Parts: sequence; C-alpha cells; structure tokens
Amino acid sequence: MELAFVIEKVVLVTLIFVVTLVIAMYSTLAERKVAGFMQDRFGPDRAGPFGILQPLCDGGKFFFKEEIIPAGAHKSLFILGPTIAIITACIGSAVIPWGQSLTIGDRVIELQVTDVNIGVLYMFGVVALGVYGIMLGGWASNNKFSLMGAVRAASQSISYELAMGLALIALLMVTQTLSLKEIVEQQSGFVNWNIWVQPLGFLIFLVCAFAECNRVPFDLPECETELIGGYNLEYSSMKLGLYMFSEYINMFVSSALMATLYFGGYNFPFMYDLGLSQNWITIIGVIVFFAKIFAFIFFFMWIRWTLPRFRYDQLMNLGWKVLIPLAIANIVLTGVITIINDTFF
Amino acid sequence: MSVFYFVAFLSIFFALMTIFTKNPVHSVLYLVITFFTFTVHYILLNAQFLAVVNFIVYMGAIMVLFLFVLMLLNLNKDTEPLKSNLVKFMGVIAGMCLLVTLAASFRLLQISDPVVLKNPDIGLVSNLGKVLFSDFLLPFEISSILLLTAMVGAVLLAKNDPKKV
Repeated sequence: MELAFVIEKVVLVTLIFVVTLVIAMYSTLAERKVAGFMQDRFGPDRAGPFGILQPLCDGGKFFFKEEIIPAGAHKSLFILGPTIAIITACIGSAVIPWGQSLTIGDRVIELQVTDVNIGVLYMFGVVALGVYGIMLGGWASNNKFSLMGAVRAASQSISYELAMGLALIALLMVTQTLSLKEIVEQQSGFVNWNIWVQPLGFLIFLVCAFAECNRVPFDLPECETELIGGYNLEYSSMKLGLYMFSEYINMFVSSALMATLYFGGYNFPFMYDLGLSQNWITIIGVIVFFAKIFAFIFFFMWIRWTLPRFRYDQLMNLGWKVLIPLAIANIVLTGVITIINDTFF
Repeated sequence: MSVFYFVAFLSIFFALMTIFTKNPVHSVLYLVITFFTFTVHYILLNAQFLAVVNFIVYMGAIMVLFLFVLMLLNLNKDTEPLKSNLVKFMGVIAGMCLLVTLAASFRLLQISDPVVLKNPDIGLVSNLGKVLFSDFLLPFEISSILLLTAMVGAVLLAKNDPKKV
C-alpha cells in the first residue's frame, strides 16, 4: 500500500466526516427555519445574518451545560449509549459513492471511501447496529419512561428493518449487484434511474427510512406527551446533543442512500452530451448529488411539520400488515416482469 | 496470521466474560462483542456475505431481542433463584463430560491439519448464491421451510384467540 493512497483516503474520510458534521449542524437550523416558513413565522434570526451562527451557539451551550449522570443510572452504559449512537451514524457514509473519479496529474482519485461488493448489506448492518445506542441509553438511565421509549424504539426499528430489506431485495433483483458504485453507474442519464422501475419499492423504502430515523410521523420513541421525552429523558448537556446530532446525521446518510439507490446518485441528465471534461462532469455530479440529498432532507422536514404522529398500534399495523405484504408483492411482481422481459423481448 | 491470533484471543476472552459476568445485561453485551469478533473472523476467511449476515442477523436482530427480554424482566440479585450445591456439582460433571467428548471427537477428526479451500472466493455473494441454488438447492429450500414452520408455530402459540378462551 503506497503512501499517496493512504493520504488520499485519509483526506477523503476527513472531508466526508467534516461535511457530515457541518450538514448535521446546519440541518438543525434548517429544521427551525423550515418550521418557521411552514407556520408563517421567522424562525431563529438573531445570531448572525439570517441566524446563521445559531448552530454554533447551540453547540457551545451544549458543551458548557452541567453534566448530570443520575444516581441510579448504570454509569458506563449511560456513557456508551450516545457514543454508539453517534459512531453508527457516522460510519454509514463509508460506502456511499459521492462522485466519479477526479484526475489530478496522473493520479485517478475515486470519490468513494471504499467500494466493497456488499455495500448495500453494509448499510443494512450499520442501521441494525444503530438501535443499540438508543436501547442501552434508555435502559442505563434507570427510569421507566426511558425504558419504555427504548423498547418502543427497538421494536419499531426491527419491524421496519424487515420491510426495508424486502424493498431492497426487489431493487437488487433489478440491479443484479450489491455494490453501491455499480448501482449508481447503471443509472447514468435520466431514464435509467431506478425510481422508474421500482416506484413501489421506493415508496416502501422511504416510509421505512422515516421510521428508522425516528422522524415524524414515526417519532414514537420520543413522544413527550406519553413518555415525558422518551429514551433521552435523563440525558443532559452534550450527551443529549450527541443523540440529537446522530438523528440529523442519520437523516443525511439515509437521504444520500435514497438518492444513490433510486435517484441516480451523482448522475444528471445529458451528462455526457455537453462536451465537458471528466473532471467537470465529476464536480457537477457531486453538486447534483448534494442537491438531491438536500431535497430529501427538506422533504423529511416538510413531512415533520405537516403530519401528526401515529398511534403505536397503527405504527405496528402499518409495518407488519401493510408494508411487508406490499414489499413481498413487489418482489413477486419484479420477478414476473423480469422473466417476461427476458423471454419475450 | 497474527491478526487471527489476536481476534481469536478476543473471541475467547469475551466468550468467557459472557459466562462469568454476574449482570445478565452485561452478559448479553459481551455476547454481542463475541459475535462481532466472529464477523471479523469471517472477513479474514474472505467470506464477506457470511460476515455481514452474521452481523445483521445475530448482532442486529437476535441479540437486540435478547436484550429486550432481559431489560423487561429486570433481573437482579434479589430475584435470582438460589441453586443448591448438588445442582452446581451436577453442572460441573456434565460440563466436564462435554469437554471430554468434544476433545476426543476433535482428536479423531484431526482438525489441526490445515484445510485448503479449492476456491478461495467461495464466500463472495455471487459464488455463494450459485452454489446454494444449484448444488445445495434441496437442503436450502428444506431449511427455509423449517424456519417458516417455526415462525408460524411461534405466532400460533403467542396468539390468544378471544373466542375460544
């Protein structure tokens, strides 16, 4: 392994990490601005022009608040909870292809940290691990409301993971590969986007992504009317900050994943017809990819300020009795159409 | 090779911690770490699919359910049933018998000979899929039916029909 390769990857990882954190930071501001827009008010506008320094103020406040660990809490697990939550949120972005390759001098730099040939399954594993953070934090708080929130989060997460996996299987039957890089390469241009062949699968995946990120209308783990707050009830200062931060990072990563899987990733219409050089195509591709991600993040926020929360039994019914049968039907339909295509066309 | 010995040491260490720790929740967490080291072993063997499936199914789903049950049961020292010395004694003897049997069978198999795979890429997804759906189709389908049966049975047992009771 040559030194230049190591440096290249370290720079890329650091860059992605910083970008992830900055986007998560400014998502908190964007959320409040969007809320203000939806409810016909201003939102935060005091710290800096347009409230642009608000996330820094919030972060500073989190750091300087008093650290409280409840007397009855299990100390090591209480600290481990938010740690796992933030780590699992951050490692998901390792397999996402952010762009094509840049050529600098005679070096070709791939804008993806690693192209494992099981990229989709890796993402799935990271999602599965994420529930430990919430679960351990909720249990270690030694508070029955926290525990209720944690149990709700875990059962919701496991239920929706199933439908999400089944939706992905139908997609994989079309793409024939588990590598995210190859999935994106197949969707070049505009007509090849997977959304056109898997609309139902995308809908199921979208609903499950909302549930996995604990966003409205599936934010039952943090239901203040019934649980006084949820799994993070006993948390204060930066530990609470890490939980909230990991929610926004999850939202960013799942937006990136949806854009990659169904909306062509960094591909944009007429990308090879404009006579641009490879480097320019890559740079515009990265910008287009982030535009798609921001569109999804806006959609997450739009839904949050539009829909009310589900009741818990409605949530479980939707997951088990609607989404899973729909996903299975989608798999069968995809299989039948694939066979008809292969035989007759 | 040194990576293997390090990870193997970690596996055995955390497996022992699973048994020796007093708190049931800690025990489950050590078991989760043990499964994670197994995932690393699979990656070292170039069996990526098995590694990630082990990760998703065991760490992500089954152990979460274990944790779930233990957290809700709220086990602690007060509720722990006292075991008599006779039971402990019987447990030790049974464990020793198992150890002797295992050691003898391993010796008979001569498992210490290095096993060389004919195809080192067998663990990759596409190869594994082709093997499962051609050479091992019948056992694969039968085991999936077995799992389905177990699932239906569990649902049937858990479901209480208000009309009959």
